Amino acid sequence: MTGERKISLRVNGRQHELEVEPRLSLADALRNELGYTGTHLGCEHGMCGACTVWLDGKSVRSCLMLAALADGAEVTTIEGLAPDGDSQHPLQAAFSKHHALQCGFCTPGMIMAAADLLQQNPHPSEEEVVDWMGGNICRCTGYRAIVRAVMDVAESGAAPPASDPEPEPSSVG
Amino acid sequence: MKPAQFALDTPQSASEALALLSDHGDSAKVIAGGQSLVPMLNFRLVTPERLIDINGLEDLAYIRENDGVLAIGAMTRQQEIEASPVIAAAAPLLAEATREIAHPSIRNRGTVGGSLLHNDPSAEYPVTLLCLGAEVEVASVRGNRTIPVSDLILPWFSTTLEPDELLLEIRVPVAGESTSQAFEELARRKGDFALAAVAVALTFGASGAIEKAAIAGTAGRCAQRLTEAERALTGEVPTDSVVGAVAAAAETEIQPVGDIHADEDYRRHLVALMTRRALAKAIGDRAGSKED
Ligand SMILES: Cc1cc2nc3c(=O)[nH]c(=O)nc-3n(C[C@H](O)[C@H](O)[C@H](O)COP(=O)(O)OP(=O)(O)OC[C@H]3O[C@@H](n4cnc5c(N)ncnc54)[C@H](O)[C@@H]3O)c2cc1C
Ligand code: FES
Ligand code: FES
Repeated sequence: MTGERKISLRVNGRQHELEVEPRLSLADALRNELGYTGTHLGCEHGMCGACTVWLDGKSVRSCLMLAALADGAEVTTIEGLAPDGDSQHPLQAAFSKHHALQCGFCTPGMIMAAADLLQQNPHPSEEEVVDWMGGNICRCTGYRAIVRAVMDVAESGAAPPASDPEPEPSSVG
Repeated sequence: MKPAQFALDTPQSASEALALLSDHGDSAKVIAGGQSLVPMLNFRLVTPERLIDINGLEDLAYIRENDGVLAIGAMTRQQEIEASPVIAAAAPLLAEATREIAHPSIRNRGTVGGSLLHNDPSAEYPVTLLCLGAEVEVASVRGNRTIPVSDLILPWFSTTLEPDELLLEIRVPVAGESTSQAFEELARRKGDFALAAVAVALTFGASGAIEKAAIAGTAGRCAQRLTEAERALTGEVPTDSVVGAVAAAAETEIQPVGDIHADEDYRRHLVALMTRRALAKAIGDRAGSKED
C-alpha cells in the first residue's frame, strides 16, 4: 500500500480526483499535481507559514498535511480567496496599497493566515494581529507594512481603493 | 525534505486501529495531527514502514466533564481546547498553556494526545498535565490500562506507551472553588518552544494559607514535579519571602539541559523566575476573585 491512492479534493470550489503516494504532501499535490502554484513552500517543516492554505475553512500548514489525509476535504488556496478570479480580496488590495510585500514569497501564506484571523475576529487589535501573524515569516519587509495592511482591513471592514494616498495610522509607525 | 515511502492505513474505528497496531506496532507510527510527526518524516528522522491514520476515529475527539473529572479525547485538536468554555472553567491552566503552543494554523491540526506523546521537553501539555495530576487511558488488543502522566513521560521525547498501544483519553481532576492555576514560560519568539516553563496549581485554605501546592517545571530535559518547591509552599501564607524560598527550591531541583539556545545556569535562573511569575499570577487571581 505504499502505492498510489485515489483521493478527491475540492479546491477553490473545483472538484479534483487524483492518485497520490501516501507520502505526498498536500502542498506538493496542490502545486505539482494540480497547478495551484500560489501555495509556496519555504521550509517544509512547519516553521515559516508560506504554505498556509485553508482545509475545510481553517488555516493549516499544507507542508505538514499529507494529501491522502485530506481526501474529501475542501481546500482554499490564495488563487481562490477573491470571490472571482480577477478581482482582489480586500487583503490583497491592502497588501498592495501598504507595500506589504517585496519579493512576495511569503505573501500567499500571510494572506491566507490573515484572512483566517479576520473571518474569526473581524476587528482584531494590533496586538492580536501581531500575535496571530507570528506564525508566518517574512525575510523582506520587516513586518510593519504587513501589520498595517491587515489592520487597514480590520479597521475599515474592507480595504479602501488602491489609489488612496497612504495614511499614516496613528497607532503604528 | 521529502519523507521516505510508507504504507498508509486509515482505520475507521479504535478496534480496527488496535488490530493494525497489534500486527505492525513495531514498524508503524500512529499519525494524529501530524504536526510533529510530519516534520520528522520530512527530515527522515523517522522512517516507519507504515502510518496508521487515526483521524477517522472521530469519537476520540471530545471534551466532557463528569463527577469532578474532565475527560478529553486524544484526538481533540489544540484549537478546540483553547476555545472550550468547559476547559476554561475546569482546567484554566490547560487553556492558558494552549495559547502558547506554536501558532493558530498548527493548533488547528495538532491534537492534545499527539503533543503529550511526542513529549517534547519544552512542550506545554506534558508539564501542565503533570502539574494537574492527570492520568491517561490507553488501549491495545491486550486490554486497557490507566497510566498517571507522572509514569507516562520520560526524558528525551520518550514515554512508557508500548508500541501496540493507542492513547484514548486524558483525565484531569476538575479545579475546585478554592484553587488557582497559572502557567508561565519564556520563549525567544512568539510560538517558539519554551526555554523554560512552570505550571502551578494552588489550593487555598480559609485562612489564606496554601493547603495544597502542585508545581511542575521543565527546562530542556523533561517535565518534572518540583516537590521541594511544593513543600516550601504547603501550609504557608504566600508572603514575598515564602515565594522567594519556593523559587530558590525550584531553581535547585530542576534538572536543566543546556544547548545552543540557553545554557544550564540560565535555564535554572528562568525556572526560578517563571516560578515567581506563575505564583504571583495564581495568588493575584485568587485575591482578585475574593474581592468580587
Ligand atoms: C513550527 C512548529 C512549532 C511548534 N511549537 C510548539 C510549541 O511551542 N509547543 C508545543 O507543545 N508544541 C509545538 N509544536 C508541536 C505541536 O504541538 C504538535 O501538534 C504536537 O506536538 C503533536 O500533536 P499531533 O496531533 O500533531 O501529533 P502527531 O505529530 O501526529 O504525532 C506525534 C506523536 O504521537 C504519536 N501519537 C499521536 N496520537 C497518538 C495516539 N492517540 N495514540 C498513540 N500514539 C499517538 C505519534 O505516533 C507520534 O509519535 C510545534 C510544531 C511546529 C510544526
Ligand atoms: S513550507 Fe510549510 S511551514 Fe514552511
Ligand atoms: S516579501 Fe519576501 S519573504 Fe516576505
